[in-house]
Amino acid sequence: MTLLWIPLLSLLGSIISSTTGKLTRNQSTGLTLLMPVIALLMTISLAPAVFSGEVIRETISWIPLLGINIAFRLDGLALLFVFMILGIGILVIFYARYYLSSNDSMPKLYAYLMLFMTAMLGIVMSNNIIQLWFFWELTSISSFLLISYWWHKPDARKGAIMALTVTGGGGLALLAGLLLLGNIVGSYDLDVILASKEIIQGHAWYEITLILVLLGAFTKSAQFPFHFWLPHAMAAPTPVSAYLHSATMVKAGIFLLARFYPALAGTDIWFILVSLTGLSTLLFGAYVALFKHDLKGLLAYSTISHLGLITLLFGLDTKLAAVAAIFHIINHAIFKASLFMATGIIDHETGTRDMRKLNGMWRFMPYTATLAMVAAAAMAGVPLLNGFLSKEMFFAETLHQQLLGSMSWLIPVLATIAGALAVAYSARFIHDVFFNGDPIDLPKQPSEPPRYMRVPIEILVALCLVVGIFPNFIVDDVLKAASFAVLGGYVPEFEVALWHGFNLPLLMSAIAVIGGLLLYTQRRYLFQFQASLPSLNAKKTFDESIYRITKWCQRKISDSENGSLQRYLMLMFVFVLLFAGWPLFEMNQLGGQKQLTPIDVHNAMGAALLMVGTISTVIWYRARVVSLLMLSVVGLMVSVVFTRFSAPDLALTQLTVEVVTIILLMLALFFLPQHSPKESSSVRVVRDIAISAGLGIVVASICYALITRPLESISAFFLANAKTGGGGTNVVNVILVDFRGFDTLGEICVLGIAALGIYKLLVNLPLVIPASDSEGRPWAKERYPILLASISQSLLPLALMVSFYIFLRGHNLPGGGFIAGLVTAVAFILQYIAHGSSWIVARLTINYRKIIASGIAIALFTGVGSWFFGRPFMTTWFEYFDIPFIGEIELASALVFDVGVYITVVGATLMILASLGQLANEPKEEVNT
Amino acid sequence: MIQHLSFLPILLPMLAGVLLLMPPLGTNKSNRRVASVVLSIFAFAASLALLLKVQADGTQVYAIGDWSAPFGIVLVADPLSTLLVCLTTLLGVVCVLYASAGDDEKGDFFHPLVHFLILGVNGAFLTGDVFNLFVFFEVLLIASYSLLMHGGDKKNTRAALHYVILNLVGSAIFLIALGILYGVLGTLNMADMAQKVALLQGDDVFLAKIGGMLLLVVFALKGALLPLHLWLPNTYATAMPVVAALFAIMTKVGVYSMMRVYTLIFGDEAGELTHMAQSWLWWLALATIAMGAVGVLASKDLRKLIANLVIVSVGTLVALVAVQTVEASAAAIYYLVHSTLVTAALFLLADLIGRQRGDIADKISAGPAVAQPRLLGTCFLIAAIAVIGMPPLSGFIGKVWLLKATLNAEYTFVFWPLYLLASLAILVGVSKAGSTVFWHHHAKVTEEKTQELVHPAQLVALIILVSAAPLMSVFAGPLSEYAIGAANQLHDFNHNINLILSRGQ
Repeated sequence: MTLLWIPLLSLLGSIISSTTGKLTRNQSTGLTLLMPVIALLMTISLAPAVFSGEVIRETISWIPLLGINIAFRLDGLALLFVFMILGIGILVIFYARYYLSSNDSMPKLYAYLMLFMTAMLGIVMSNNIIQLWFFWELTSISSFLLISYWWHKPDARKGAIMALTVTGGGGLALLAGLLLLGNIVGSYDLDVILASKEIIQGHAWYEITLILVLLGAFTKSAQFPFHFWLPHAMAAPTPVSAYLHSATMVKAGIFLLARFYPALAGTDIWFILVSLTGLSTLLFGAYVALFKHDLKGLLAYSTISHLGLITLLFGLDTKLAAVAAIFHIINHAIFKASLFMATGIIDHETGTRDMRKLNGMWRFMPYTATLAMVAAAAMAGVPLLNGFLSKEMFFAETLHQQLLGSMSWLIPVLATIAGALAVAYSARFIHDVFFNGDPIDLPKQPSEPPRYMRVPIEILVALCLVVGIFPNFIVDDVLKAASFAVLGGYVPEFEVALWHGFNLPLLMSAIAVIGGLLLYTQRRYLFQFQASLPSLNAKKTFDESIYRITKWCQRKISDSENGSLQRYLMLMFVFVLLFAGWPLFEMNQLGGQKQLTPIDVHNAMGAALLMVGTISTVIWYRARVVSLLMLSVVGLMVSVVFTRFSAPDLALTQLTVEVVTIILLMLALFFLPQHSPKESSSVRVVRDIAISAGLGIVVASICYALITRPLESISAFFLANAKTGGGGTNVVNVILVDFRGFDTLGEICVLGIAALGIYKLLVNLPLVIPASDSEGRPWAKERYPILLASISQSLLPLALMVSFYIFLRGHNLPGGGFIAGLVTAVAFILQYIAHGSSWIVARLTINYRKIIASGIAIALFTGVGSWFFGRPFMTTWFEYFDIPFIGEIELASALVFDVGVYITVVGATLMILASLGQLANEPKEEVNT
Repeated sequence: MIQHLSFLPILLPMLAGVLLLMPPLGTNKSNRRVASVVLSIFAFAASLALLLKVQADGTQVYAIGDWSAPFGIVLVADPLSTLLVCLTTLLGVVCVLYASAGDDEKGDFFHPLVHFLILGVNGAFLTGDVFNLFVFFEVLLIASYSLLMHGGDKKNTRAALHYVILNLVGSAIFLIALGILYGVLGTLNMADMAQKVALLQGDDVFLAKIGGMLLLVVFALKGALLPLHLWLPNTYATAMPVVAALFAIMTKVGVYSMMRVYTLIFGDEAGELTHMAQSWLWWLALATIAMGAVGVLASKDLRKLIANLVIVSVGTLVALVAVQTVEASAAAIYYLVHSTLVTAALFLLADLIGRQRGDIADKISAGPAVAQPRLLGTCFLIAAIAVIGMPPLSGFIGKVWLLKATLNAEYTFVFWPLYLLASLAILVGVSKAGSTVFWHHHAKVTEEKTQELVHPAQLVALIILVSAAPLMSVFAGPLSEYAIGAANQLHDFNHNINLILSRGQ
């Protein structure tokens, strides 16, 4: 379980450090350091095994179905990175203790740093590529948090978002690439993938997979043209930059190249893509670095350039190039971390990082200056320092490749130029900051930093020297082990040594150093030339493109979501037309086998009336009352049609529903303008007519097709079982209360909820009651005609009797709870019309919502009742009783259910009516009449 | 009681709705709140119990009125429907709890309406009868209309009106579609319909196709598929956030119906109509994802942003439905649960953030700092990571799974790039929104408005939702097994037919 503990300890450290807010700074730092130090010791204990060629593995099952497991693996490459991540991480934490001001939250920084460390450890130790991606994205998140540490600064916010966008986008490409890779191999296991080079490279998806994986690697390692986020990431506190630029984040991209080198490298497309990207990044970064006035800016571009160098090495088609790449990873991490820390000290002590102000620091901080100069010399590739060795190897390898065919000589030439540029910007770093006259307008009086702030730099600079002078002594094992992992088992013979004799690489180094110094001394001309070029500001470009994309999106959205209901409906109807119309054309014959009945006069008349009603509704739709009346013609004709075709229940329902609806709509129309203005253009009218005609044709054709075909349906069952199983001869009613009583239960809920909703909408609605009709005529003085009032009052008991009768006969003859409820409602509505709602409210003090609720409750409990007989919900029961004098009567549970329906219908209808009616009864109006 | 377990997720919300309208529970504010929360917990507990029973004994078929299929209405509690019922009732608990901090009193009948809405959604998930599905669509729609107007103003009522009218037309189309399907197939039970569809001959095939395609219009409207999604952004953004959070499940009802209808009825065994909607689903889904991503980048306030995230999630789900393989359906099931909980959490967060930023509310622009940056910021970070689909939370598993499941699908070459670009758009949109809202402040903070601190009830509700993302990641192993099991059963044609139609015959 040792392996798992390495990232786990650092995660634990993150949690621990976030809770150290109350402790002193030293305690907080000490506690935070504890976990990574333990992890480092554990790693050291594992090292000998790895050096001997062993690969340590550990797996815990997580989501086996997806092939995602928690799987860790420690080979030479992982070991190297774990050393760097933990080692430099520990130094950075220690350094940050002295860097942060007392206003900054230390636990927060430590927690994020440790989280970041965890993510990095996870990447390098993953044995499952989905898990690798998991940690990969975690580095994006934690670097977002780190870069935005000073979130009140716009630079920090923007830098963080830029980094997240670029690396997050790359992360998505990487995920796609890894999934393809997993699919090619049939496993997400890294072990399997690394052993499947032939399968992968022979697969049709190889190219696209490679490109996607490289996109991930290049965005993370800030390769040109994705480099622009890295300089803006320096808005983070300097310890964070030191970590991000040396051992982590950008190195994750490089790690990816190294990790998949055995599986993906070796093809032409790999060499071309990787080497050319690396080469252009190398040159571009080195060139731009020279012109940066900000110390961190210079270092950032130098990082880009060095990452380009490493990438280029991975792209060269020689085995030794990969070894050189790994060696340079180590060296770069060491000198870059120390340089950033030195910059942090200078910034900390002077208050600025601008090289035009910072001059002559040698006098104020000679000790720090010495350290920084050694590190900068390592960056330039000066002999006796580690940077020199890997640069030598790099030059040597550029000479051995055959990448560009006959033009391969270009690569060493360009490499030497890049080397010269590196010398030049390193020289600028040293000379501008520590010499070159006196400081100008420094915010603070500079001095040496606290003693311990320098310790991490001292350690790193010492490493630069030791590696540079005795390379075999310290890095040989780890370099060999890592190369063994990257090259997949075969490591070419190589010797890292200070002195290889006078050869071509040495000459290239000499040219680079002399050329670089020359460049630096003559920089005035170069700066002038650079100033004459149009300046490229990545942040501005990025912001502008995001802005432009956002604007474009907003335009698109406001174009489509324009808030026009007509448009939304039109789209829906067009869809219906398309979906329903298309299959009609595929049919061979519309009509079925059934004979058509001959048209008689009654049917023809009815149909004609129906059509007239429909068309009139549309034609007079702007005169709303007329339109409504025409609509009622349609409704009444439909109920006539039901009667004509022997559906008395439907006819009764339709009739009562029609009456109630039209009255309620009349009431609603009272508050609306009587006429609606003409709004549609002629073109639009034509379009709408076309759509509606199309819909009419389609629906009519479908109806015709359906009714001319014989239908075999489940209705035969209902006819056969209504009496025997449901206890009623009215099949429609038995369907409603028994076979499909559950639907009815749902529908009465709908009715009840609708009443609640209407009440809710209207209860506090301030509506202006029109003083006159649309022609300006005042309303009739006599609001409630006496004749109507007296007749309606006497009609009420009669109507209630009728509804009671309809209710009772429902199970066997046309009728039932629904219709009876509507009839009762109509009777009450008549009272409302005759007397006004205030008159009713005074006399009928009932709470409609309680009525609705009890109606639904009765229906529901009737259904639940069957549970007590061990039957499912709503199993009905009926029995015939012979009662003396009255004769045989039937008692059925369905009748109780129907009572619930009845009560709900009455309650809901009256509640809607009362809600609309109370609007018309504003107190002011009452006083006037 | 145990044999009626399948019915409880319908019975309990209906009972709750009724009881909350009557004395003694409905009489005053505090009674209503306590009763509503307790009743919603009952419904959730019953759903969980049903889930365990289905896990133990397999799918439960409950014949209402003791009339067996295809003549009566049956409820089918299979692993998929039961899971969604649990999700719905959980969301119900959360929203009722959250609203009890004060939102519930900004209009009438909030609590009964929420329970009625849950009734409708649960019914739609459980029913095995397509007309009954229509009825429950009506129940949930009418309840949702009323809830949309809760605490509403002019803007809100206008959006609600659009929603009502569009859905009424949708209901009419639903009825026409059902009429056609009954006219051709002569049955309403979904399993029976599936059996009959395979036997269709001649021109009847095309009539059934019309019915099936019209259902697609209805479900596309409900689920908010392009171009029938246009109602959603405004409706969700203007609804009271707690209502919008509850509505996170509503679009999923449309998606679920598609899963059922185009997997069971018009799925593998539909004769000439096999996979008839597949290519339509694909292209509509792709367009929806694209439009949602555009909307995410265009959004000027948090709630609009979240509404557009809902649209992207719908598009993603429908794309998975269109693949019509077991693995894709399993991914869809996992993603559905994840996206519902995460968008609901985001709606609640947007509300809490808005309340602490004075007049600027949830607009994505510089404004006063929130009063509780640590609490709200952490929750937002978690929800954002989940919704973007970054590790270590549920969104990442959903993303990996759905990409994996679509790897060999017909339109992968369009879907993958589009989906990944949409993910990038979400990444940019959400991170920009978060950093602006939490980090970009005016130079001087105006303290004229009192900032509402998070109420304990709101906090509990929020934490339940936010913790779902890490929990779904930690327990991804068992959850993925469940999803695969549910998807297997969804696709097992013969098993479904036999199970549903054999009972009691």
